Amino acid sequence: MSAPTLSAAPAGIVSCLTCGLLSRPAGAGSPGYCPRCGARLVWRRQHSIQYTWALLIAAAIFYIPANALPVLGTTALGETEFDTIIGGVIFLYKTGSWPLALIVLIASIMIPLGKILALAYLLITVQRGSARNSHERARIYRLVEFIGKWSMLDVFVDAFTVALVQLQPLMSVEPGLGVIFFMAVVVMTMLAAQSFDPRLIWDAASHPRVRHG
Amino acid sequence: METIACPDCDLLQRIPPLPRGGKARCARCGETLVSRQSNPLDRLLALTVAAALALIVANTMPLMGLSAVGREASTTIIGGAYEMWLQGSQITAVVVAFCAVIAPAGHVAFLLVVLLAVRRPPAPRWVGEMLRSAHLMEPWSMTEVMMLGILVALVKIAELATVIPGLGMYAAGAFIVLLAAIIVSFEPHEIWSRVEWADGTKPPVRPDDGVGAETGAAQ
Repeated sequence: MSAPTLSAAPAGIVSCLTCGLLSRPAGAGSPGYCPRCGARLVWRRQHSIQYTWALLIAAAIFYIPANALPVLGTTALGETEFDTIIGGVIFLYKTGSWPLALIVLIASIMIPLGKILALAYLLITVQRGSARNSHERARIYRLVEFIGKWSMLDVFVDAFTVALVQLQPLMSVEPGLGVIFFMAVVVMTMLAAQSFDPRLIWDAASHPRVRHG
Repeated sequence: METIACPDCDLLQRIPPLPRGGKARCARCGETLVSRQSNPLDRLLALTVAAALALIVANTMPLMGLSAVGREASTTIIGGAYEMWLQGSQITAVVVAFCAVIAPAGHVAFLLVVLLAVRRPPAPRWVGEMLRSAHLMEPWSMTEVMMLGILVALVKIAELATVIPGLGMYAAGAFIVLLAAIIVSFEPHEIWSRVEWADGTKPPVRPDDGVGAETGAAQ
């Protein structure tokens, strides 16, 4: 911790987000294009905080109908029964496969909520210029990025249940409206994690004068 | 420097540190004693070809069949998305198709082209563009999530019907393992260093890149 550390941006060097090449742009303004791969260079991802907040707030709003509306409707002998995500978890638990019930509970309910809270925490601490807990926050970001796709689990469960259980007129399963909202939550939290620039976490600690475009 | 005896003629000799792609032959009988892999990208290419084949099988063969009260049904990966479309949830169908079919196929296809193109550095500029596309696809390639989703769906359905796993299921399993191996051994720097620069200058060729160079073992 005591060793002197230097980030690239305060030193006037910019790292290409596509190929990783370091280059030294002429002015402090727009850094131009990467000489190796031709990608646009940015000191920090453009409007990272605004984009991430926008996607995150939209995801938080969609999280409510995603859980309240049914994701599946099962029609058997003329009667239709609707299931929400939590209903599916309870069904799995009751039929005796509690490990799967736990996986679905974690992937569909806890991970999306955890991602929203974690990204909000990262955004707030970055905006307040906090230099504390940088290591923990970096770890949280990596976890959010890694775990993101697993919340898509319930969408696949619904898709393959619908695809297989089409035994008309005996029994059929159709997708509910909730599945669209749920999928939107997953896609938007994944995009939010991708638009967040983790280097912002360390800017407060290394140099406070980096511009956040 | 490591001393070994030639397994063919028992001559004792020291093996010098080898460059990439270098081979050490016995100074007396010519037997190849040690060889260093010519190109770390070759292994990656082999894995990617295998993954592409597994993905083709996974997408063309039925994933599973189901039989209940004398009726039978089976589905492929794309069939899962297609039924969603028919049932009126088109947006979901498109996202499922993208994450289960298009993104994995695009990821592997782009990687395959990149790995083939960089075999003879310097690779043209469009290779970089392809690599960027592969990176864009990677987070959306969700075959492993899909497999877990299928497992959960099967447990739910098992109450009502008998489920028979199909060939596509095994191929998808193989694809997941191969993809994991590709991701851990993937080194983007290795590829970027072989791609022609956008501003016209050629990539710096590193001295230990000499493919096929042979080094005689010192006695």
